[in-house]
Amino acid sequence: MSQFLQQLLNGLFLGSIYALIALGYTMVYGVLRFINFAHGDVFMLGAFTGLYVNKLLAPVLAALPWPVAILIVLVLSMAICAALGILIEWLAYRPLRDKPRLNVLITAIGVSLLIEYTGQLVFGATQRPFPAIIPKVNVGGLGGLTVTMTQVIVAVTAVALMIGLRFIVMKTKMGMAMRALSLNPTASSLMGVNNSVVISFTFGLGSALAAAGGILYASLYPSIEPFMGILPGLKAFVAAVLGGIGNIPGAALGGLIIGVTETLVAGYSDVLGIPSGYRDGVAFVILILILLFKPSGLLGKVEREKV
Amino acid sequence: MLEIENLEVSYGSIKALHGVSLKVPQGSIVTLIGANGAGKSTTLRAISGLIKARGGSVKYDGEDVTNLPAHKIVAKGLCHVPEGRMVFANLTVEENLRMGAYLRNDKAGIAEDMEFSFQMFPRLKERIHQAAGTMSGGEQQMLAIARSIMSKPRCLMLDEPSLGIAPMLVRSIFEQIVAINKERGITILLVEQNANLALAISQHGYVLETGKILLADSSEALRKNPQVREAYLGG
Ligand SMILES: Nc1ncnc2c1ncn2[C@@H]1O[C@H](COP(=O)(O)OP(=O)(O)OP(=O)(O)O)[C@@H](O)[C@H]1O
Ligand SMILES: [Mg+2]
Repeated sequence: MSQFLQQLLNGLFLGSIYALIALGYTMVYGVLRFINFAHGDVFMLGAFTGLYVNKLLAPVLAALPWPVAILIVLVLSMAICAALGILIEWLAYRPLRDKPRLNVLITAIGVSLLIEYTGQLVFGATQRPFPAIIPKVNVGGLGGLTVTMTQVIVAVTAVALMIGLRFIVMKTKMGMAMRALSLNPTASSLMGVNNSVVISFTFGLGSALAAAGGILYASLYPSIEPFMGILPGLKAFVAAVLGGIGNIPGAALGGLIIGVTETLVAGYSDVLGIPSGYRDGVAFVILILILLFKPSGLLGKVEREKV
Repeated sequence: MLEIENLEVSYGSIKALHGVSLKVPQGSIVTLIGANGAGKSTTLRAISGLIKARGGSVKYDGEDVTNLPAHKIVAKGLCHVPEGRMVFANLTVEENLRMGAYLRNDKAGIAEDMEFSFQMFPRLKERIHQAAGTMSGGEQQMLAIARSIMSKPRCLMLDEPSLGIAPMLVRSIFEQIVAINKERGITILLVEQNANLALAISQHGYVLETGKILLADSSEALRKNPQVREAYLGG
C-alpha cells in the first residue's frame, strides 16, 4: 500500500510538470487553433536558460538562501523564455496567420528541429549536469513515504503557477481577451482587441510556464541535453488532448493523469507484465484511446453557437 | 459623419462591391437594404476593417479610416454589430458586456452603461450569469446590441438585427434602436432585409443590388417608390 502511495505521489510530481507544459499547448491552440510542436523545445530552452542564469549569477546566488536563489533562476528564465516564445511566434507563425493551418503546423515542426539542432550547436550534444540549487534532502514526517525537497519545490511551484495562470485568465482584462479571442477572433477585434497582442501574450505566457517546467524537470532529473524536450513535449501534448484541447483546467488534469499512469506502469511493470521501458508508450496508448472514445477530451466541451 | 466613396471589395477574383458610395449624416438613421448576396454585409465589413477594400475610401468624422485594422476603427467610436450576432458563446452575459467595454477604463461610466443596457433589455439582467451561447437567438441579438453600446460608440452599424427573430421581438428591438439613436445621439447605419421596418425608422435609405447602389433617397420616398415596393416591400 505504501509503495502504491509512493508511486502515486511520484507520478503527481512528474505530472505537475507535464501539466505546466500542456497548458502552453492548450492556450496556443485556444487562440490560434494549431499545435505548436516547438513547445517542447521551449521547455528544453527553459532548462538551459536556467543552467546559464545559474552559472552567470553564481557569485550572487551563492550568497543568497537557496529558496531565493531558485526563485531568481526561475523568474529570470521564465522571462527570457517568454521573450523567446514571443519571438518564435513573430518570426515563424505570424507571417502565416492567414494561411491554411497545415502550413503553420509544418512550420512548427521545422521550428522545433531548428531549435533542437541549434541547441546542439550552441549547448553541445552531450548530457550536461544541471546544478543542484535545491538541497538534496528528504522531507520527513510523511510516514513511510519518501519526498525530496526538490519534489516539494516542484509541487509548490507548479501549483502556484497554475493558480497564477487561473487568475490571469479569469480575472484580468488580458485573460478575458484571450478567452474572447479563442471563441471568436472576428468579434474580439470588433470589441477593440488587438488580436496580435493577445496572441503574443499567450505565447509569452505559455513559454514562461514551459520554461518553469524545464527547470523543475531538470531539478528532478539533473542531466540535460538539446533533445530533452521531445518526449515530455509529446506527452504534454497528449495531456492537453486528454483534458480537451483548448481547455485550461483540462490540460492540468491531463498532465497529472499522464504523469501518474506513466509512473504506475513503470513501478508495477513486473506485476503488469509490461517492461518498464514501455512507460514512455503509455501516453500514446492513452492518446489512441481518447481519439477513439472521447475525441473532445475529458473536459472538452463541444462549442455551440446559435446563428 | 460617415462617408463612403466608391468602395470596391473582392473575394479572391470575385468582385462583391463595384464602387459603393453612401453618406450617413450625424445623428441620423440610414438604412441599407438589398436582396441576399447584394453585398450589404460586405459593405459593413469593409468599413469596420474586417476585410480590405480594393478601392475607394471610408471617411469617418472627416478622417480617412480606409483599411485601418478593425480594433483601431472601434477605438474611434465606429462600432459594428456583425451579422449572426457573434456573441462570445462561453462567456456570461456580463463578461460579454465587459468585452464591449474593452477599450474603456472609466469604471463608473462602464457601470452606468451596463445599467442602461439592462434598462434597454431587462431580459439580459435576468440572465446576467448565463453563458451567452445558451440564450435564444433574440436574446443574443439584444446582447450583441447592448455589447456594442458598452463601447460608447458615436456611430453604430447594425447588420440584420431582425434575422431569425420572431416579429414581436423584432418590433421591440427596433424600438430600442430608435431609442439608442434619439436618447444617446448615436448615428446608425442599419442593414436590413426587412425593408418595411427599416424604412419606417430611418430618414435615408440606399438600395444595394449586386454590389452597386441602385437607389438613394429619403426613406419616405423609397417607401413610395414603385420599384422598391415591388422588389422589397412585397408589392
Ligand atoms: N467570405 C467570402 N468569400 C467569398 N465570397 C463571399 C464571401 N462573403 C461574401 N461573399 C460573396 O459576396 C457577395 C455579397 O455577400 P454579402 O454577405 O455581403 O451579402 P449580403 O447582402 O449581406 O447578403 P445577406 O442578406 O444574405 O446577408 C455574395 O455574392 C457572396 O457570395
Ligand atoms: Mg449579410
